[in-house]
Amino acid sequence: MRRDRTLVLVGAVLAGVLVGGAFIPQWAMFIVTIAFAQGLVALGLMLLLRAGLVSFGQALYYCLGAYAAGALGRFVGVADIFVQMLAGALVAGFAAFVLGFLLAKYRGIFFGLLSLALSMILYGLLVKNEALGSTDGFNILPSTLFGIRPGPQWVRYAVMASAAVVSFLLALIVHRYLRTPLGRLAPAIKDNEIRVEYMGASARYAVHVKYVIAAVLAGVGGALAATTVGHIDPEMAFWTTSGEFIFITILAGTGNVIAPFAGALIYGAIRTTAYDLSPNTWQLSLGTALLLIIVFLPEGLWSLFKRHARHP
Amino acid sequence: MKKSVLTLVLALVAPVAMAQNVKIGVVTFLSGPAAAPFGVPAKNAAEFVVEQLNGGHAPAPYNKKGFGGAALEIVLLDEAGSTTTQVTEFRNLVQRQNVDLVIGYVSSGNCLAIAPVAMAQNVKIGVVTFLSGPAAAPFGVPAKNAAEFVVEQLNAGSAPAPYNKKGFGGASLEIVLLDEAGSTTTQVTEFRNLVQRQNVDLVIGYVSSGNCLAIAPVAEELKKLVNFFDCGTPRIFEDGKYNYVFRTSPTATMDSVGAALYVKDAKPNAKSIAGINQNYAWGQDSWSDFEGAMKVLVPSIETKTSQMPKLFAGQYNAEISALLSAKPDVIHSSFWDGDLEALILQAGPRGLMKQSLTILTTGETAMHKLGKQIPDGTVLGARGPFGPYAPNNQYNKWFHGGFQKKYKDEPNYASYQMAQAFLGVKAAWEKAQDANGGKRPSSEQVAAALKGLTFEGPGGQVRMAIGDGHQAIMETAYGQTKMQGGKLTVVNVKRYPAEKVNPPEGIKSADWIKNGFKK
Amino acid sequence: MDQLLSVGVDGIIYSAWLFTAALGLTLIYGVMKIVNVTHGSFYALGAYAGASLAGAWLARGYPPMLSYVVLLAAALIVTLVVAPLIERGILRFMYAKDEVVILLITYALFLILEDVIKLIWGVDPYFVAEPYALLGSFEVGGLAYPTYNLILVVLALVSGLGLMGLLQSTRVGKLLLAVIHDPEVSRAMGINVNRYYLATFSFGSLLAALAGSFTAPTVSVVPGLGVDIIVLSFAVVVIGGLGSLPGAALGAVIVGVVRSLSVHYMPQVELFVIYFVMAMVLAFRPRGLFSLAEPRKI
Repeated sequence: MRRDRTLVLVGAVLAGVLVGGAFIPQWAMFIVTIAFAQGLVALGLMLLLRAGLVSFGQALYYCLGAYAAGALGRFVGVADIFVQMLAGALVAGFAAFVLGFLLAKYRGIFFGLLSLALSMILYGLLVKNEALGSTDGFNILPSTLFGIRPGPQWVRYAVMASAAVVSFLLALIVHRYLRTPLGRLAPAIKDNEIRVEYMGASARYAVHVKYVIAAVLAGVGGALAATTVGHIDPEMAFWTTSGEFIFITILAGTGNVIAPFAGALIYGAIRTTAYDLSPNTWQLSLGTALLLIIVFLPEGLWSLFKRHARHP
Repeated sequence: MKKSVLTLVLALVAPVAMAQNVKIGVVTFLSGPAAAPFGVPAKNAAEFVVEQLNGGHAPAPYNKKGFGGAALEIVLLDEAGSTTTQVTEFRNLVQRQNVDLVIGYVSSGNCLAIAPVAMAQNVKIGVVTFLSGPAAAPFGVPAKNAAEFVVEQLNAGSAPAPYNKKGFGGASLEIVLLDEAGSTTTQVTEFRNLVQRQNVDLVIGYVSSGNCLAIAPVAEELKKLVNFFDCGTPRIFEDGKYNYVFRTSPTATMDSVGAALYVKDAKPNAKSIAGINQNYAWGQDSWSDFEGAMKVLVPSIETKTSQMPKLFAGQYNAEISALLSAKPDVIHSSFWDGDLEALILQAGPRGLMKQSLTILTTGETAMHKLGKQIPDGTVLGARGPFGPYAPNNQYNKWFHGGFQKKYKDEPNYASYQMAQAFLGVKAAWEKAQDANGGKRPSSEQVAAALKGLTFEGPGGQVRMAIGDGHQAIMETAYGQTKMQGGKLTVVNVKRYPAEKVNPPEGIKSADWIKNGFKK
Repeated sequence: MDQLLSVGVDGIIYSAWLFTAALGLTLIYGVMKIVNVTHGSFYALGAYAGASLAGAWLARGYPPMLSYVVLLAAALIVTLVVAPLIERGILRFMYAKDEVVILLITYALFLILEDVIKLIWGVDPYFVAEPYALLGSFEVGGLAYPTYNLILVVLALVSGLGLMGLLQSTRVGKLLLAVIHDPEVSRAMGINVNRYYLATFSFGSLLAALAGSFTAPTVSVVPGLGVDIIVLSFAVVVIGGLGSLPGAALGAVIVGVVRSLSVHYMPQVELFVIYFVMAMVLAFRPRGLFSLAEPRKI
C-alpha cells in the first residue's frame, strides 16, 4: 500500500503548530486561530466545490455555530471550548440536514443564491432579536478547557492548540471521506450528473451528505471563531462573510485538505498587512493581491506545493 | 511569481518566531576611522557577553540564562553618519524593530542628541475610526482630522491651559491609524495587532457599538487603555465591568431622553409620535428610548407608526408615504450619514418635515453640507453640546477656530468627541505622571487617574460619573433650524443638565427610563 | 383605499429603480454567464459622475432643465472609460475559467474600484438635489410625489423595452441571441463573439451607471453606495429567472410591491422581506419564474 502522504503532512503540520506555535507572539497566535476557524469553513466549501457547488451562504452555518456556542455561555454558563465546538457542529448539522432536503436538488448559481437568501434570512432574524443584542451582538465568556481556565499567558496558546487539534482531526476525517465511494462521486457530479444517475448512484443523496458535512465544519469553525474573538454578532451571517470564505477556498485550491487552512492563513496575512501598510486604501491592496493570485495561480495556492512535489 | 509568494509567507513568519527574546540594540561604529579602535572591539565584546549570558556561563550572580531566563538577541547598528541619521535610526530601532533597550554610542555628539529622544519616548496612540465605507464621511474622517489637529497642537504645546504642556506630560504623541471597516473579527484581530505588534501605548477610537462591545474585553485581557470616542450603546458599562476601558463621550440614552424633553418643551400639546430609524441596534435602541421617554413625559402619547428600513436602504419613498398618511405630530429619526441625507432629500420636496415636528438626533452632521434642504423648524441634535451647541469657552475657540482654519471645514460632533477623548486622556496622563514623581505613568496609573475624572473640553464639562467612573456624562442641547443670511443656524436652543438626561450611577438606562427617570 | 393607492405608487417607483439597476446584470449574465460584482461599482461610478458633473453644470448657472441630459452623459462617459478597460484588460483572458473564479475576479475588481472611487472623489458626500425638485410634484391619494420619480419609471420602461426591441427586431440583437444560446456554435458560424462580449459588458455596465446617475439626485453619494445594490439586483434577477428580461421586470415588480406592502402594513419585516420572497420563489420555481428549460447534456 502506498504511504498516505496527506497523513504525514497533517501530522507534521500539527506537530509544527503545537511546538513552534508556543514561541510566536500572541497576536500571531490569534491570527493563526482565526485561520483555523475560517479554514474549517473553507474545507467544507472545498467539499462542495469538488461537486461543482458554490454556496454563497455558508455564513449561515458559521453564524449558527457561533450563536450556539454563545448561547451555551449566556444561558447555560458553559464556556468549554470543546463543548462549544460540539454544540456548533450539532446545531449547524441539524439545520443543514433539514434545509438539505430543499437545497440538494439545486445546482449551479441557483444553489448559491438560495443558500445566500437563507443566510440573509437568519441575518434578518438576528437583527430583529433585541434580546440577543441585535446587530451589536454580545460578548461570550472566556474559553476554558475541560473546566480549567488557562492563565492570561497561556489562554491564546491553549485556544490555538485546541483549534489545531480539532481542525486537523476533522481534516483527516474529510480526507478519509474523500476516498470513500460517496466521496469520490463529487467530481463525477460536477462533470455529468446524468451519468452518475445512470450508474445507479443518487447525486441528490451525495450532495445532501456533503452539504451536511460542510455545515458541520462551518458550525465548528463558527464556534471556534466565537470563543476566540469573544464576541458574536449577526454580521457573521451576512453575505460578505460568505464571500470571504469562498475567496479563501478558491485562493487555496481544492488539491488537499490542508490547503484551506493555508489559504485562510495567507488571506489573513495579506489582509492584516494591507490594513497595516495602507489604512486608507487597504481594499485596493487586498483586491490587487487577490487578483494577482487568481490570475497567476488559477488552481489556487496549493498548486505551488503540488508542482514542487512532482519534481523532487 | 510562485517563489515570491513563498518568500512573502516566509517573510511574514520569520519575525514572528524570533520575538519572545529580549532584543537589544547595540550601536557603535562599524565603519569609518572610529571602527577599528572603538567600534569593532566593542561589538566583539557585546557578542561575547551575549553568547556567554545566553549559555549561562558567566560567573554568579550573572549566571542565569540571558536576562532573567529570556534569551538575548542583538540588533546591530552602525553609528557612522550624521546625528540626524543617528536620531532617525534610533527611532527605527525602538519603534520598528521594537528593541527592548539600547546599549551603545561612542560619540558624545550622538549621546547628546539621542538622550532627549530616549527621555521623551513618544506616546504611541492607536486611532481607530472608519476610513472607508459609508461611516467614513460623517464620522470617520472628521474624527481622524480632529485627532491629527489635536496631536499637532499638543505636540507644539499650543492648546490652551491646562492642556498647554507638550504632548502628554512632555512626551510627543504619535498616531497609528487604523480603518474600522470590516467585521468584528477583523477589528479584534487588528486591535490585538495594534497592541502586541505595533506596541501602542493606548487606543482611542471606535464608532460602531458592536466593535466597542467586542473590543472592551480584549483591552482588559491585554491590559491596555482604551478610550471609546463615539459609540453610543450604554451596554458597555452596564453589562460589563472593566478596568482599562473608558468612554469620554455620553451614551445614546442621553440623545433620546434629551430629544423627548425638547419635544415636550417645543410642542407641549403633541398627541402622537412616529419614528423612522435604521433597522439595527442603534436605530432600535434610539427609538425605544425615545418612545419610552415620551410615554413617561406624556403618558397619553400615541405611537402612529415605527418605520424600520434596512441600514443603507437609500430609497425611502414608501416610508415617507406611510409617515405622511399617518400624520403624527412628531417624527423621531436617529438616521445618520448617507441615509440621513437621503431621507432629508427625499422627504423635503414631499413636505414631511413641514407636516410634523421632525427631530433628527444626529442631524448636526448634515447641517453644514445640506443646509439648503433642511426646512426651518427642524429639530437637530449633535449627540451632546457639540458643534453649534458647544459652549463659548476657550477650548471651543481654540478647537473650532483651529480646525476650521486647517481643514476649511466645520468640525462636526464626531470631531468634537475625538478632541475630547484626547484631552481627557491627556488630563489623566499628566495627573498620573505628577503622582508618579514626574516619571512616565503606566496604563494602570493612567486608568486610575481617568476614573471619575472631571475635565473641561470644547464641549464644556465632562464628568466620568457613571459606569463606575468609566463613562462620561455631559449636558446636552437641542435646537431648531433657521436659515439666517444664507446660513443654516439653530435657534430656540434648550440645554438640559447632565443629571436630567443621564441615568444615575448603578442604574441601567432602560430601567431608568421605564421607572419614569427615578432610581 | 388611499393607502392601497400609495402602496401601488410607492411599489412602482421602487420597482422602476430596481429594474433599471438589475437589468444590466441579467443581460451580462445571460450573454456572458458572468456573475458580475463590478455591477455595484458601475452603479457607484455613475452616481459619482452624475452628482459631480450635474453639480458642476448647475453651479455654473447653465440651464437646469438640461441637467437631466448631463446625468445621462455622465453615465455614458464613465462607462465608456472604465467598462472596456475592464473587459479588454482583464476579463477577456478569463472567459475559459470557472464561473465562480470569474465571480471572484469581479469581486477583487470591485474592491479595487471602491478605493479608486475614494481616491478620485474622496469620502465627502456629493449632492445634486436640484433635479429632484425641479419638475414639481404630482399628487396621488392625497400624497405629494416629486415628478422626478416619473423619470425613473420612464427610464426603466425605455431601457427595458429598448433592450427587448434591440434583441428581437434587429440583426445585431438576433446574432446576440445566437451567442447567448451557444457561443461555440456561434463562433463556428463566423460571429465575432468577442466583439459581442465587449458590447454586452459595456452596455450592461452602462445600465448600472445610468441607474446610479439617475439615483444620485435623490440620495447622498457616499463611499459604499454600490455594495447593497449588488445583492438586491441579484435577488430581483434570480426571482425572475437569470438572463430573462421579462423575468427581471416581473421580479422587480414583485419585490417593489411586496416591500411597499410591508412598509405600510408591517414595517418590522422590511429587513428580510426581499430575501424571504427570493427563498420562496426559488423553493417552488428552482430556476426563477421565467426560466428556460436547460438541455440535458448526456
